[in-house]
Amino acid sequence: MMVGYLEKIGRSVLSFFENFGAVMMLIYETICQLKHPPNIKHIIVQMSHLGVDSLPIVTLTILFTGMVITLQTAHEFIKYGAQSTVGGIVAISMARELAPVLTGVVAAGRVGAAITAEISTMKVTEQIDALKVMATNPVGYLVVPRLIACMITLPLLVVFADVIGTFGGYLVATFYSGINSVTYMQSINNFMVVHDVTGGVIKSVFFGAIIAIIGCYQGLNARNGAVGVGKATTGSVVSSIIIIFILNCFLSLILYR
Amino acid sequence: MIKLVNVHMEFKKEKILKNINLEVKKGEVLAIIGASGSGKSTLLRLMIGLLRPTSGQIWVAGTEISKLREDQLDKIRLQMGMVFQYSALFDSMSVGDNVAFGLREHTKLSESEINKKVQEKLKLVDLEGYEHRLPNELSGGMKKRISLARAIAFEPDIVLYDEPSAGLDPIMTAKIDSLIVSLQKVLGVTSVVVTHHMESAFAIADRIAMIHEGEITQIGNVEDIKNSSNPVVQDFINGSKGMTKEVHR
Ligand SMILES: Nc1ncnc2c1ncn2[C@@H]1O[C@H](COP(=O)(O)OP(=O)(O)OP(=O)(O)O)[C@@H](O)[C@H]1O
Ligand SMILES: [Mg+2]
Repeated sequence: MMVGYLEKIGRSVLSFFENFGAVMMLIYETICQLKHPPNIKHIIVQMSHLGVDSLPIVTLTILFTGMVITLQTAHEFIKYGAQSTVGGIVAISMARELAPVLTGVVAAGRVGAAITAEISTMKVTEQIDALKVMATNPVGYLVVPRLIACMITLPLLVVFADVIGTFGGYLVATFYSGINSVTYMQSINNFMVVHDVTGGVIKSVFFGAIIAIIGCYQGLNARNGAVGVGKATTGSVVSSIIIIFILNCFLSLILYR
Repeated sequence: MIKLVNVHMEFKKEKILKNINLEVKKGEVLAIIGASGSGKSTLLRLMIGLLRPTSGQIWVAGTEISKLREDQLDKIRLQMGMVFQYSALFDSMSVGDNVAFGLREHTKLSESEINKKVQEKLKLVDLEGYEHRLPNELSGGMKKRISLARAIAFEPDIVLYDEPSAGLDPIMTAKIDSLIVSLQKVLGVTSVVVTHHMESAFAIADRIAMIHEGEITQIGNVEDIKNSSNPVVQDFINGSKGMTKEVHR
């Protein structure tokens, strides 16, 4: 009983390191493939997929998050007569944490899943083998454009999310909590600095890379037909989200010391 | 052109191929026959470096490929084409883009030249006018023929066919058979054809190799195989006929 339990732990630790090593190998291979000029057309196609896929859901998520955050802060802060800080607090928490993390999570669910589903289907139907047979490196052909596209598109989405989130806050602050709209804007002006935004944007570059690499890794290693595709896809979303949360903590420590 | 020396292949400790020694000569058509699950597809995948043997050497056009890096393998693969058993068409691309894939990736031909070649290859497999269709709008046999068109679009020296005529009607089968032979006669293409159709094997092959229980039971020209004294080979050739008689009785 005890031994069986230990065995289980041992096995999952082993498989963690195995996967970790394999992902590192994939990153290395991807970097090696960068020596061939990447296909601009593929990158643009991927970017438009990415943007179009996630824009509506990012908008919804962030708009409502901005609204509730403002609702709660305004409620408490007005009690202490600190309504002039609400705009700043909302905008800064959006820019530093909420926008990058939520956009990352949403993109992992939307884009990461799509990447894994597509590539794992190609894997189990031998299309990856067909690429190899035609002397085309699957990493160069599939991973590189997706990686670059994610690393460009996610920051763009985050900047957009910053605006939407702060706007959501503005709506609640002015129409519900009774904060003067000038006060709200002034507050953002007073408290926020450029680094609040750039820090979040830098984070999102990493998150984009994680979504693409994990998505491709899970896809390229899918097995066992349709079942394998489903398994790879959930695996991709879950592990990207976990890594995004953990990495976010470290990045915050480094970026906002 | 292709030579396998003492090749062993295991999947998870299960021996699929045992001590295979086989040579495919330049310009010949070699047919590979054998029961389902006997390792024919595995053999083809070894020849093009999609699988690495557990032990042994695989020579293609004078290079030992079993331990090459992927980028070195790609140079060899530029001379090779493969028709997959389940077609393996890129389902996000149109038929035309599938056939044009190798040309777009590896040549500097203009779009109009590529288009001309695509038309030409589609005509060879009797599917002109299908270039704008998507693979999932085609029947299984049509996909197979597109896969063939894609494999030969780059005009490779070596083509590996994994059951090119599975799922095709007799007329189309004959047509594909004559295409394989004409590629050999006109362009000097070396071909390895895995097939279940004994008729096809006899019609197109210079030599036939039979795989049984992971080993090459017999290899020889059509006459050798037809007159084989090996009961396994005879059973395989006559099996289908015997079965049909049983059923019709
Ligand atoms: N990737 C793999 N992992 C584990 N076993 C495999 C793998 N590929 C093939 N096998 C096993 O190897 C054996 C030979 O498979 P292969 O596909 O080469 O057969 P085949 O002769 O092409 O059969 P068919 O005529 O049905 O296509 C089978 O028993 C199969 O289970
Ligand atoms: Mg097979």
